[in-house]
Amino acid sequence: MPKNPDIKKVLVIGSGPIVIGQAAEFDYAGTQACRSLKEEGVEVVLVNSNPATIMTDKEIADEVYIEPLTVKVLEQIILKEKPDSVLPTLGGQAGLNLGMELAESGFLEKHQVKLIGTTAETIFKAEDRQAFKDTMEKIGEPCAPSLVVHNVEDGIAFTNTIGYPVVLRPAYTLGGSGGGIAHNETELVDILTNGLRLSRVGEVLVERCIAGWKEIEYEVMRDAAGNCITVCNMENIDPVGVHTGDSIVVAPSQTLGDKEYQMLRTSALNIISELNITGGCNVQYALHPESFEYCVIEVNPRVSRSSALASKATGYPIAKVAAKIALGYTLDEIKNAITGKTYASFEPMLDYCVVKIPRLPFDKFITAKRSLTTQMKATGEVMSICTNFEGALMKAIRSLEQHVDCMRSYDFTSLSKKELLRQLEKVDDRRIWVIAEALRRGISYDEIHDMTMIDHWFIDKIAILVEMEERLEKEELTIDLLKEAKRIEFPDNVIARLTGKEEREIRDLRYANGITAAFKMVDTCAAEFAAETPYYYSCFGSENEAAKTSGRKKVLVLGSGPIRIGQGIEFDYCSVHCTWAFSREGYETIIVNNNPETVSTDFDIADKLYFEPLTPEDVESIVRLEQPDGAVVQFGGQTAIKLTESLMKMGVPILGTKAEDVDAAEDRELFDKILEQTEIPRAAGGTVFTAEEAKAVANRLGYPVLVRPSYVLGGQGMQIAYSDQEIEEFMEIINRIAQDHPILVDKYLQGKEIEVDAVCDGTDILIPGIMEHIERTGVHSGDSISVYPAPTISTKVKEKIVEYTRRLARALHVVGLINIQFIAMDEDVYVIEVNPRSSRTVPYISKVTGIPIVDLATQVIIGNTLKGLGYPVGLAPEAEYVAIKMPVFSFEKLRGAEISLGPEMKSTGECLGIGKTFDEALYKAFLGAGVVLPKYKQMIMTVKDADKPESVDIGKRFEALGYKIYATRSTAKYLQGHGVEARRINKISQESPNVMDLILGHKIDLVIDTPTQGRDKSRDGFLIRRNAIETGVYCITAMDTANALARSLEHADSTEKLNLIDIAKVKNI
Amino acid sequence: MKAFLILEDGTVFEGTSIGSAREVVSEIVFNTSMTGYLEVLTDPSYAGQAVVMTYPLIGNYGITPDMESKRPWPDGYIVRELSRMSSNFRCQGSIQDFLKKYDIPGIAGIDTRALTKMLREKGTMNGMITTNEAFCLEEILPKLKKYSTGNVVDKVTCDKPFRLEGKGKKVALMDFGAKQNIAKSLNDRGCQVTVYPAHTSAEDILKDKPDGIMLSNGPGDPKECGEIIQEIKKLYQSDTPIFAICLGHQLMALANGADSHKMKYGHRGGNHPVKDLETGRVYISSQNHGYVVDTDNLDSSVAVPAFINVNDGTNEGLKYTGKNIFTVQFHPEACPGPQDSAYLFDRFINMMGGNQ
Repeated sequence: MPKNPDIKKVLVIGSGPIVIGQAAEFDYAGTQACRSLKEEGVEVVLVNSNPATIMTDKEIADEVYIEPLTVKVLEQIILKEKPDSVLPTLGGQAGLNLGMELAESGFLEKHQVKLIGTTAETIFKAEDRQAFKDTMEKIGEPCAPSLVVHNVEDGIAFTNTIGYPVVLRPAYTLGGSGGGIAHNETELVDILTNGLRLSRVGEVLVERCIAGWKEIEYEVMRDAAGNCITVCNMENIDPVGVHTGDSIVVAPSQTLGDKEYQMLRTSALNIISELNITGGCNVQYALHPESFEYCVIEVNPRVSRSSALASKATGYPIAKVAAKIALGYTLDEIKNAITGKTYASFEPMLDYCVVKIPRLPFDKFITAKRSLTTQMKATGEVMSICTNFEGALMKAIRSLEQHVDCMRSYDFTSLSKKELLRQLEKVDDRRIWVIAEALRRGISYDEIHDMTMIDHWFIDKIAILVEMEERLEKEELTIDLLKEAKRIEFPDNVIARLTGKEEREIRDLRYANGITAAFKMVDTCAAEFAAETPYYYSCFGSENEAAKTSGRKKVLVLGSGPIRIGQGIEFDYCSVHCTWAFSREGYETIIVNNNPETVSTDFDIADKLYFEPLTPEDVESIVRLEQPDGAVVQFGGQTAIKLTESLMKMGVPILGTKAEDVDAAEDRELFDKILEQTEIPRAAGGTVFTAEEAKAVANRLGYPVLVRPSYVLGGQGMQIAYSDQEIEEFMEIINRIAQDHPILVDKYLQGKEIEVDAVCDGTDILIPGIMEHIERTGVHSGDSISVYPAPTISTKVKEKIVEYTRRLARALHVVGLINIQFIAMDEDVYVIEVNPRSSRTVPYISKVTGIPIVDLATQVIIGNTLKGLGYPVGLAPEAEYVAIKMPVFSFEKLRGAEISLGPEMKSTGECLGIGKTFDEALYKAFLGAGVVLPKYKQMIMTVKDADKPESVDIGKRFEALGYKIYATRSTAKYLQGHGVEARRINKISQESPNVMDLILGHKIDLVIDTPTQGRDKSRDGFLIRRNAIETGVYCITAMDTANALARSLEHADSTEKLNLIDIAKVKNI
Repeated sequence: MKAFLILEDGTVFEGTSIGSAREVVSEIVFNTSMTGYLEVLTDPSYAGQAVVMTYPLIGNYGITPDMESKRPWPDGYIVRELSRMSSNFRCQGSIQDFLKKYDIPGIAGIDTRALTKMLREKGTMNGMITTNEAFCLEEILPKLKKYSTGNVVDKVTCDKPFRLEGKGKKVALMDFGAKQNIAKSLNDRGCQVTVYPAHTSAEDILKDKPDGIMLSNGPGDPKECGEIIQEIKKLYQSDTPIFAICLGHQLMALANGADSHKMKYGHRGGNHPVKDLETGRVYISSQNHGYVVDTDNLDSSVAVPAFINVNDGTNEGLKYTGKNIFTVQFHPEACPGPQDSAYLFDRFINMMGGNQ
């Protein structure tokens, strides 16, 4: 079937801000799909509230709306743009839900807009629990038996029919709180009672427990003619019980025979056919480890995180093909872009092994529970490819950038055997290291398997790595041993550590004996057909296939690795734009990255893609082969910056700002000198290594002080200390990981925080715009609400900022991007931090000003000047609208995580509110972040003493908005004393009804809780905040945020009809 | 122990010996299936060939009861890595022991992707697996060039007829090296299946009055099967419904005036898209063939193409004009590979009038 000629203009729905469980993979999928649609001559209208994405670029779609993802907004966009079709299957669950709501309300039909890529019926059948069960029953596909119960008696009765253990899942509690596994009636009664109480609708699902079964996934494609294929299957090393997003996953499955493989494959095809899906679909199975019994766990009738992984693992572009199918094409009409010869109607065959490991945020949220459950906690993931499993695992581990590089990276030697066995039972992010330790202690495979339910095959692979570690430690390092260690991807530094040699010695020994990495192609077909696409991975002991190309100037672009808090999708945006800009200038481009969720690892972004860990050794292998003319590190976040020194040692010129200048910005003493020369003030401070030194500096400066390690992104480990005791606590946390660089202790200044990104060509600078944070200093810039143009600072302050930026850029000899954070106190401006590289705000400011600063930065790196490019210098004219960037958090997913804002970044994503006025922009920003108020018009306030004066005004304003205010003792007293009718409630420790009962009563809209400092988890405030978050109550921890919310609500009426702004048409210069 | 794989173009791969240490000369072909190594090993169509598995990790789930015939047939087995751990609830032993037991030599630890690329570029080649480190290329290469698979059907077919009881239609299955799942697929659908040795005469088969005749898959060049083709001509004329797979499909085509030729490197794997020309539907199929039917000289009054390969356009099936006969190049019995075209067995049963 050829393309449907009626489809001319399509509205594509994006997935919104990045949260745990819905991340960069949808930028990848959306971008690929939009490009695929445009390739077919279709006009693309895009809506996504997330400004950090590549898909919201004007190059990707024809009309771009960075607007809140609500039904109302979508309806207005449809009325304005009049698309003939809506494509909802590429924006994750968020996009699918919106598509469904638009269809169900009859709006689409009324305005003659088609839903393409799926139907409302398909979505209903796959998403509605009962409809799905009925559908599966109809085609004889087994699901785990389950029942929704509203009381304990029904729960017991049902469990008696299906047998223990059972899983209990309360409805509508975020983060799966209140759920659990019951092994007997006592546990059942206990968990069920609590779950029923926590559930907003008093509903708990009782389900047969299939924990411990093998978890297998299939990625399936189907077209409207009914042709189906599976792109790939994947096996979770962690059995059922751990969310697939938190599992270590291998593709293809390793422990399934053809009978099991085909049984599940056939089932997946039956399901996609019965659901009548046209496009991509993901089916998850639980397979009994000792029989052919299986259950369908879940079907995602859309492109998902797993499909992004499957695309990268196989080379099969699922989103691109799904978009073509939505237009009416059949699989046999769509060319396989990798081979250029065959068609999309085939199944990829791998001749390598792929391992994915999740990037978990426990280094960021040290109080959060490390255990892995059915609630996903990972913020990102890494993927690696090798010709053997051990090698793929080793490569993936070192790609994580979490100070892990072998099976000894976590030390469990101090545990007794009993403790170790107990640790084996706990499922957390360190489980493979626990297994390694168990193997070292001689605990049998059977015993480990019984505890973990991890298949013997995987346990044996870990054993092979452990054995190699022991051999390297005990045996003489022969060439054969070295070859074998490299075959399973032991990095040189680990071999050096185990053999007691220098890393350089190992490398020399390798080179002298020709033991070097070879590169193989990912070609979808196991070499059966010649492929055209230069997508490579490395392995040892093989023939190299990647030919060094020459002729054009060649640039190496280093990616930003896994998505983590503090280093998100923004850096992928920068890497991709930099690559495109080099490409336009005639350069040959090479991307190195290891993140399967991103656009940068799509095979058609750069001329060559190396899917590899971003460590010096792995990069050196590529450099030896490709011999690039230069490398750019300023766009790949800290991951790329960290490689600067190694690249220089390899003889690769760093393009743009020189490494020593990057150092000068990070090195306290050098930087102080520069500030002195340029006469720019900053908060007084000092550098320290120990807690004693830190306390000395702090006492000299006077509390409060800011404590932070240097050379980190996202303020990791940054804290405001108010006492010696806190200094000790923070220094202990920072020094848990050996610090290569000193720790900074600065006087804490409280003022307005201002941020700029600028392009500098060595002489002139261009600042697209000045951003002002709503929260005062002390809240990390990534967690602050950021406003462009800066609304409250004077022209004089702006001029100072421009002047300081110019001086700093020149003094640091910046060629490319620079990001500076300032504090404005009255008319004084202090510099907080300078980063001579791209930053988190680059995509945001580029979009709202229409100035493509990554392109410009790349142009100046190549040698052009801003003036030569026809751009004005200095501060660009301000826009006629207001754009507000709102941080979005994923706290409900991370049990036990402290949610209060501070100098360490905690948000996982952001959304944009853009409007004609500040109020409209603010309203949209809150709306985009999912803050839909009021609901019950009841709130709780509990603020620290310092914030009490300010709380009065806020209290009055919420009162005026019709809110009933509850407050804990001292806050209530203060508010009452100042004319706010606050109702006093008991603290948690006091008798009912107390604050907790109120929160759990599900009648509270909002909690304003400004915490006292410190990380003491037992404090009331912590429990209040956690419980608010886990029951879905919006919780604010900074007075400025509370003010902003009040303002937004006060102006909600005037924003009934929102102005929609097409970002693709924005142009300031 | 070291082992060497020597190709007829003089390329030498060094690896580790697996299975038997004896020397063997064979035709080297590659299979791209990611699972089902045991079904591949026990597929009689590999008789006279040594198989390279392109998937690098082989033996993960050991030896299970999933054998497609009584024994493994390849002359040699070439893999990148054999798992030292066999893990599956049905596992009965390791592939290492299995190869030893059946005296099949093999080589592991070589760059199977590099080898596959060579076979893809230069076409299927002959080769030798040896553990003799002192091999002499000048002596070996002429030997390799001379090797031909020859008539291997005789080697793999059953000695005497046998029967799988069933209450439905009576099917005569001609065993040219049949995979067990052909008989099983029919038997599972209720058919009574009688399996005949390859050289059974048409008269003997028709004498038993089958409701339908099934021509199986099998090894080698179809043109080596001159006598069998003569018998198939008679079966064609009998008006008994016939369904044929792979070699059976080729033999039926040759019996009706079509030609066949050896492909550059064949189709072996579980991911080949075939298009049903009547409905336009595409199915993913299991395949294992080095020869293909030329439809150019086929008179449309005799037969018309029913399936083609979406990748290279080669013939994948024929429908015989005015006859209850259809044949396919691919393997609806799967094992290993996708079960998508299993419906063809139902079609065959319907052609015979249906079970019940």
